[in-house]
Amino acid sequence: MGKTLFEKIWDQHVVKQIEGGPSVVYIDKHFIHEVTSPQAFSGIEKRGAKLFRPKQIVATADHNVPTLHQELPIKDALSKFQVDTLIDNCQKHGVELYGLGHQYQGIVHVIGPELGITQPGMTIVCGDSHTSTHGAFGSIAFGIGTSEVEMVFASQCIMQTKPKVMRINIDGALKNGVVSKDIILYIIAQISASGATGYFVEYAGSAIRALSMEARMTICNMSIEMGARGGMIAPDQTTFDYIKGRLFAPTGADWDAKLSAWKQLYTDADATFDIEIHIKAEDIDPMITYGTNPGMGLSVRGTLPTTESFKDATEKQNYEKALQYMGLKAGQSLLGMPVQHVFIGSCTNSRIEDFRLVASIIKGKQKDPNIKTLVVPGSQEVAKQIKAEGLDKIFADAGVEIRQAGCSACLGMNEDKIPAGEYCVSTSNRNFEGRQGAGARTLLASPLTAAAALLTGKITDIRELI
Amino acid sequence: MQSLQKLTSRFVPLRIENVDTDQIIPARFLKATTKTGFGKNLFRDWRYENDDETKPKADFVLNQSQYSGEILVAAKNFGCGSSREHAAWSIQDYGFKVVVSSFFADIFKNNALNNGVLPVTVSDVFLQEIFAVGADDTLTVDLEAQTITINTTGSSEKFEINSYKKTCLLNGYDDIDYLLNMKAEIEAFEKKRNES
Repeated sequence: MGKTLFEKIWDQHVVKQIEGGPSVVYIDKHFIHEVTSPQAFSGIEKRGAKLFRPKQIVATADHNVPTLHQELPIKDALSKFQVDTLIDNCQKHGVELYGLGHQYQGIVHVIGPELGITQPGMTIVCGDSHTSTHGAFGSIAFGIGTSEVEMVFASQCIMQTKPKVMRINIDGALKNGVVSKDIILYIIAQISASGATGYFVEYAGSAIRALSMEARMTICNMSIEMGARGGMIAPDQTTFDYIKGRLFAPTGADWDAKLSAWKQLYTDADATFDIEIHIKAEDIDPMITYGTNPGMGLSVRGTLPTTESFKDATEKQNYEKALQYMGLKAGQSLLGMPVQHVFIGSCTNSRIEDFRLVASIIKGKQKDPNIKTLVVPGSQEVAKQIKAEGLDKIFADAGVEIRQAGCSACLGMNEDKIPAGEYCVSTSNRNFEGRQGAGARTLLASPLTAAAALLTGKITDIRELI
Repeated sequence: MQSLQKLTSRFVPLRIENVDTDQIIPARFLKATTKTGFGKNLFRDWRYENDDETKPKADFVLNQSQYSGEILVAAKNFGCGSSREHAAWSIQDYGFKVVVSSFFADIFKNNALNNGVLPVTVSDVFLQEIFAVGADDTLTVDLEAQTITINTTGSSEKFEINSYKKTCLLNGYDDIDYLLNMKAEIEAFEKKRNES
């Protein structure tokens, strides 16, 4: 019987199957950042062990960095200590670091692909749940905890129980105003925030094949938001064209050899999945979330569920808790609701295509005077490209400042936060309570829907503006 | 890693679904470079008004004196979201040794196991049985037998754990100890891959 894409790559990386236990899986690339690595470095030192394969690790500083005046010392003492600790650890252990001030610095899931480090068929881990992003290249990529970071430091391997496999097929053509972020928000709304727990997901179908690499990354990025261990897309010509010529991409004969291996990375016709889901692309509207997990999303023109629609007492209680936090009412529509903030950024939507999308909407217009913005490129390279294409001028003319690369207001860790009680239309990935700052109310949406809110000051169906 | 065999304790019932790791430990507390001291910030924003330790929220279980013990019982999909192991560290540092739910997020489950905190997955029905008993009742978790028992009612259920992880927990050793002993095999694997 044939193999799925996931099984092909998994099988190539299993060093050992422990009886009655997990597999020992070899890791090709390990990305690290300042927040989830320090305890792993100190752990390895405490054991008197060394990093096994330091050349297979790439580090950057992203979560805990300011997005203005990165040339100045970091003001917050704890943040500074954490970023400095990363520098020390990388020097001491021989790990390549693209830290603050480096031309390749940026959000770990933006720089990996853009530098050509992320390649098909690889196993990739990082102490960050959005590592699933790299699955867009047809790799097995997933987030790990700090003990597991230490595990990979020690052995370049990880202990993992083989997950089940799910395929989500999206076929047909997307409607006008609908982009990849809407696809993934739609999927999560359909199957819930825990609907794929225990599974590795492959996204397939004509609507996926039609997407650019950056759009595919947005989809794989949010796989974890439905509980999936990771998400992946079989590599194709779009993938190969994206990788070719990038800094760490293979060249010459190495490229030819790699390319022929990559072309074998697809799910065989007779392979089977534990679950298979079919979605029609034309059913998807521009999406927005209303609650406190990414599964609580709906069409921007939809209405919130009624409380009566929840049969289970705990579920009903949880829905009411979410509504109370969000300051919303069951059954209401979000359309026309005023918002105070727009955040464009994060490992989900901070790449050059996201900036092009937003620029196409705001060009020649002014932002709503009541809207405060945080617009943050995913990397120094993206920032450079924004300038090269003159997009910076479009944003400046609209009254919008473009900041410096980092995770910014996605996670309420660095200086960029949303104040308590205020609403933010955000292109990031999580709307959990307090995610963007204590009391902040997050509405997840696409860069287009964020651009619409930026111009109108309220929740707007982007299709009214295009 | 500390070993864990059998535990009888009262429990703290957290009747909330989809408890994400941002609630367990908000990101602003992730700036530490050690694994200690996270317990005081466990569920920080559910525990205190306006981040003020002198203003505990009376309606949150950790602030209700009738509840105590080394077992946390939560509704389904516990530990979803971020991969931060700080969530497991904060639960452990607070004093919990076992977390019971009808469903755990994958990364949290691994993180807990890697720190000697045992995630026990029970059926929805059994979870409701636990929630139904009083604050003075105790649970017994027996790792060797893989059972969880509500001591007042005598109701009991088996739980799953793979035999490798079970041995790790019972003996207090971890995956890294295991992998460090596998270096030669890993090097041989690398060599074979490079040749193919």
